[in-house]
Amino acid sequence: MMAAFEIARPEIFLLAALCVVLLLDLFLGKESRVITYLATQASLLTTLLLVYSSFFNRADKTLGLDGMYMVDEMAGVLKISILLISMLAFACARKYLRDQDMWQSEFFVLGMTAILGMLIMVSGYHLLVLYLGLELLSLSMYALVAMRRDDAQATEAAIKYFVLGAVASGFLLYGMSVLYGLSGSLELNTLREYFSSQADVSTNLLLMFALTFIVAGLAFKLGVVPFHMWLPDVYQGTPTAVTLFLSSAPKIAAFAIVIRLMVEALEPAQAAWSQMFMLLALLSIALGNLLALVQNNLKRLFAYSAIAHMGFMLMGIVMTTHTGYSAAMFYILLYALMSAGAFAMLILLGRKGYEVVHLEDLKGLSRRHPWFALMFLLILFSMAGIPPTAGFYAKFAIIEAVVEAKFVWAAVFMVVMSVIGAFYYLRIIKIMYFDQPNEQVPIEADMDIRVLVSVNGLLMVLLGIFPGILMSICDLALSASRL
Amino acid sequence: MISLTHYLIVSALLFAISVAGIFLNRKNILILLMCIELLLLAVNLNFVAFSHYLNNLDGQVFVFFILTVAAAESAIGLAILVTIFRNRRTINVDDLHSLKG
Repeated sequence: MMAAFEIARPEIFLLAALCVVLLLDLFLGKESRVITYLATQASLLTTLLLVYSSFFNRADKTLGLDGMYMVDEMAGVLKISILLISMLAFACARKYLRDQDMWQSEFFVLGMTAILGMLIMVSGYHLLVLYLGLELLSLSMYALVAMRRDDAQATEAAIKYFVLGAVASGFLLYGMSVLYGLSGSLELNTLREYFSSQADVSTNLLLMFALTFIVAGLAFKLGVVPFHMWLPDVYQGTPTAVTLFLSSAPKIAAFAIVIRLMVEALEPAQAAWSQMFMLLALLSIALGNLLALVQNNLKRLFAYSAIAHMGFMLMGIVMTTHTGYSAAMFYILLYALMSAGAFAMLILLGRKGYEVVHLEDLKGLSRRHPWFALMFLLILFSMAGIPPTAGFYAKFAIIEAVVEAKFVWAAVFMVVMSVIGAFYYLRIIKIMYFDQPNEQVPIEADMDIRVLVSVNGLLMVLLGIFPGILMSICDLALSASRL
Repeated sequence: MISLTHYLIVSALLFAISVAGIFLNRKNILILLMCIELLLLAVNLNFVAFSHYLNNLDGQVFVFFILTVAAAESAIGLAILVTIFRNRRTINVDDLHSLKG
């Protein structure tokens, strides 16, 4: 009996651990609150080791829990990345929460439930499991965004996120209900078999109807145009520590749910959904880059850049080739790292009662803190896709897959839009390097966040020069999952 | 005789009403929360109708889970609503415009 649950061992451990952390916090005084943080990081590390030990023992796809739960190489790699990025996010959050005087252990507990939701999304192989994972993630995130409850902006961001997120779940569920009505099953394997056996998949009107709703629901969650309205408001209104978390790890989980639902279960209908996603992806690349040009608020600027990046990532998936999927997986892992790095930098430069929010706050950063200005430069270069940083290779891999699939016009469009997009990243660099500083205040930060930000910046160069390290992991994981 | 199509039409209508309610409503956040509930109930009706028609219980089990999640969802929604009212003394949708650009 116990053996049946073995497949979900890391998730079960994380659930138990988060209950322990929640209880532990009740018995801790104000001075020993750091123990909550340490216990959280320790639980995440243990979960990571459990994932590592379970997935490298399996050469193939393993389906368990009555065909509801899937453990394969792709799930392993994505889970480990989610856990690593979340640990980075929590380490940065510690400084932010102390500085802004909002140290509440709820942050860590809700963060852990969100991570649990993401892990379930990555492994779910049943519409119900995927839905529950997604909701666990979303509900925790709504609460996290509203954590600063006396702040008008944060609560406004929370209600916008909540309403649009709930509508997205509704759309997704409506699509799922039609899929269920068509095939009579909720299991992804059976769905795939059913639609493969149908001859009229490409003309089946009901299936197109279901696909439209599912694509719209997923597009909401990914934050691609025209379902992107919530993203800039949420990024701007949310406390930076939550923005860091929200903008990095959940993107990897969203990638996973797109792969599971569209690429694996609805593979027979890929001609239809790839067209829909392609339109959305190209629109996001255009609109994200153009609207980011006029932003003055850094968090808003990164939100529009996130929209453009998600468009790029989707272009890899819609090619429906192995090269496309690997490029998209590389892109999403790198994007999570870049985004975490950029927001970690904003947290690092903040201090008690002061947050870096506007572009002017970065004036003359190179004179004040030359090392961190250099790290920020590397992260921004990577976001813009300038060699020799990893972002260049990520964009290159996607465009290579697009050209390989004979969409040369789309590739040209993407390159032009990237060049336009480079402008606003370079503008930040110009402000950091060529403007006069307004103030001279030293950075107040612990060693851990300094090291993490530096490692993040240097990784951009390392992965840019040796992209094969990460690319081969993505490639092998997807080959093992037969994608 | 009420056929599957009738159920599907009713649920599609409910779905359309709730989506229209969310995007047209400019008055009150509370109405948004009600529309979200209606949205999920429309989906539930779809699932139950299919489940009955297909003679397969999976759909009805799914409905139980949706109902549970919807309860948690509205609890969080109402909590956020309360914090908004405390901060602004209003729950008018039109007054939510401090984030723009």
